[in-house]
Amino acid sequence: MPRAHKYDVIVVGAGGAGLMAARYAAQNKDVKVAVISKLYPTRSHTGAAQGGVGAALGNVSEDHPEWHAFDTVKGGDYLTDQDVAETFAHEVVDAVYELEHMGLPFSRTPEGRIAQRKFGGHTREFGKSAVERACYAADRTGHMILQTLYQQSIKDQVTFFNEFHVLDLVLEDGSARGVVAYELATGEIHVFHAKATIIATGGNGRMFKVTSNAHALTGDLTSIVWRRGLPIEDPEFYQFHPTGLYKIGVLLTEGARGEGGILRNKDGERFMERYAPSIKDLAPRDMVSRAMYLEIQEGRGVGPDGDYIHLDLTHIDAEIIEERLPDITEFARIYLGVDPIKEPVPVQPTAHYAMGGIPTTIDTEVVADGDGTVVRGLYAAGEVACASLHGANRLGTNSLGDLIVFGRRAGIEAAKYAASVEYEAMPAGADDRAREELHRIRAASGSERAVHIRKELQDTMMDNASVFRTEATLAKQVEILADLRARYAHVSVEDDGQVFNTELMEVVELGFLLDNAEQLVYAARNRTESRGAHSREDHQDRDDDRWLEHTMVYRNEDGSVRVGAKPVTLGKYEPKPRVY
Amino acid sequence: MDAATPTPGAAAPPPALDTTNVTVKIKRYDPEKDARAYWAEYRLDVRPTDRVLDVLNQIKWEMDGSLSYRRSCAHGVCGSDAMLINGVNRLACKLLVRDLGSTINVEPIRGLDVVKDLIVDMDPFFDSYKSVLPYFVNDDPEPARERLQSPEDREIFDESTKCILCAACTTSCPVFWTNGNYVGPAAIVNAHRFIFDSRDQATDERLAALNQPSGLWRCRTAYNCTEACPRDIPITKQIEEVKRALLWRQA
Repeated sequence: MPRAHKYDVIVVGAGGAGLMAARYAAQNKDVKVAVISKLYPTRSHTGAAQGGVGAALGNVSEDHPEWHAFDTVKGGDYLTDQDVAETFAHEVVDAVYELEHMGLPFSRTPEGRIAQRKFGGHTREFGKSAVERACYAADRTGHMILQTLYQQSIKDQVTFFNEFHVLDLVLEDGSARGVVAYELATGEIHVFHAKATIIATGGNGRMFKVTSNAHALTGDLTSIVWRRGLPIEDPEFYQFHPTGLYKIGVLLTEGARGEGGILRNKDGERFMERYAPSIKDLAPRDMVSRAMYLEIQEGRGVGPDGDYIHLDLTHIDAEIIEERLPDITEFARIYLGVDPIKEPVPVQPTAHYAMGGIPTTIDTEVVADGDGTVVRGLYAAGEVACASLHGANRLGTNSLGDLIVFGRRAGIEAAKYAASVEYEAMPAGADDRAREELHRIRAASGSERAVHIRKELQDTMMDNASVFRTEATLAKQVEILADLRARYAHVSVEDDGQVFNTELMEVVELGFLLDNAEQLVYAARNRTESRGAHSREDHQDRDDDRWLEHTMVYRNEDGSVRVGAKPVTLGKYEPKPRVY
Repeated sequence: MDAATPTPGAAAPPPALDTTNVTVKIKRYDPEKDARAYWAEYRLDVRPTDRVLDVLNQIKWEMDGSLSYRRSCAHGVCGSDAMLINGVNRLACKLLVRDLGSTINVEPIRGLDVVKDLIVDMDPFFDSYKSVLPYFVNDDPEPARERLQSPEDREIFDESTKCILCAACTTSCPVFWTNGNYVGPAAIVNAHRFIFDSRDQATDERLAALNQPSGLWRCRTAYNCTEACPRDIPITKQIEEVKRALLWRQA
């Protein structure tokens, strides 16, 4: 028998969105809340976010939420839902003040206000010039958000199930009834019965070879809900951050360019002047990543293989670098042996952020189709979700903003819902699927090793479905994924133990990654245009007549994949060519 | 281009990626199989620029799937993979093979119960952390905007905000090894974080929590914690500052 638990609200994931959701759910005294995480909360990847959280506080220069909303819509290449962007740009201002009231140690202006700096795609007066909008705490803003929210959850005595790996979502008659989880320390299966379930499990960057993402970011819930028949929205829009450390992908914040850092090719040329004359190195990430790839393709990459670009900070005052960018300075020194104060740093675009995810309403309710049919009792927030704030390309700092704004909304909405309904029955055998999956893997006697399939997945996704794609590369990748899936059925594990069987969990995670890759590739092949982070060399123009719509990818019962659509919510900003 | 023209942005290429053979000795323990811990030895080819974490991954993925350890971010900001590497507490993801020589010894951090291989029970560590009220307290009505704080006041506790709760400091402390109830350097750093925050109002309660038999005064100023910290936090100095704050309050 599984161990059984019952909570009004279950939060899956303990990063910024999950902790924010738990905090706001717990403020509703009528509901009991628990958080489940496969890591300790302080290990969540929110802690790796560096540069800042964008909010129009206007502490350094004049700024307005309307400008922020416009930048978000334009940055998202007009695929952003405009009602979401407007709400977000206003609410993020309050959310940042709330974090400060929770004690978050922001860097400060001389007047003692929250310090702000420039970031890619942040502009004044609807695109005129760069503006200081990123509120930051040195270059460890995400770390401070994660720590602050965890600290407050201790104060609030939130219940945590740490190192519990969620394996399934219980979904019955259009409502979520809870989740099934595997306790790493004991190998026991637990069933969590809930009135409301909030999914806040982050990204899936580990499907790519070079990524800024933690090992833990294997797209677990974007796979689980898909297997349960729910769609994934806009997975083809996957962001490559321009400045990952060469080969290893450890991120160097865009704040480095916000402080004046310059990208240079092998001739030392500041090539962004050619691609984005008005804001140059502070153009949005999709544009900068593409420009870097083009420079490399055209033979102007740096290094013996000509396969990287230089991030040059050497002209910036050493004190500013040490004070505002201490962590990334250390990363460059440790991992590449390069001192950014004295020499430029080798960088390349690195897989970073999923703009798409589990589709939700503006109130974070998960929807089951393109018509917006709500799944009762199911909510999603943060990178795993797609309320469509980011559209086709996310602006720097809007991920942390997304966490706090939509994490808060998820907590409030889920608690309100849970307080208003009775528990719906937990079906018998709710844990059967998870048990069968684990049993199948443990019993497999094949000679396949997970590492080989994972490596091939990551290499080929990088080659065929990253910054540039074509029908040919995507068709090839569909075949490769089918082959990898067939081989995956024969992966076996050596470890037959119950205690911390991390090998078993890695195999489960690989299955999740394969699903995520399929979602992305099928959606990318379907969309025959270029928009934001989705760049098709065989369809180079944006096509608003045909493609100003969201993708919805479904898995059919027989395992095949179906691609549908959902309308974009437009508003006062008319789609225009995207120039900076 | 003209080689005589100095190029802004030109630099030496990154080091070559030749492989080197290393011997990795790992202290293994599986409670379902082993009566006691033992050393297992692995020989493999790795790159000098690989992280120790990459080496562990290579062993797990290619040689022995049952090897267990914690890891997540792989670049020193999540704190999962603190372990004893060649006798020193380090994060496996922040230490490169080229800095270690050809023999690498890896053990779990000391003073916490080993659950399996390199995985220890972190609950006592987090319990100590929670005992110092590691959260911001200010009961005044919240202003409409931010509470003001000068850059100078912010700077006082800057270093202590870097803590990632990896436990490298606490589990390198000889006092903690002999007395597992000692609150430990990590908890004191996190108390420091709030004691010196000009906006916080719970200094008295926090200092009282530290002024216990197994609290602050157990510190013998051995400096192990400062040497072990992967984030370069001057922990011993901070502990001294907290001691002085407590004496000042009592005076």
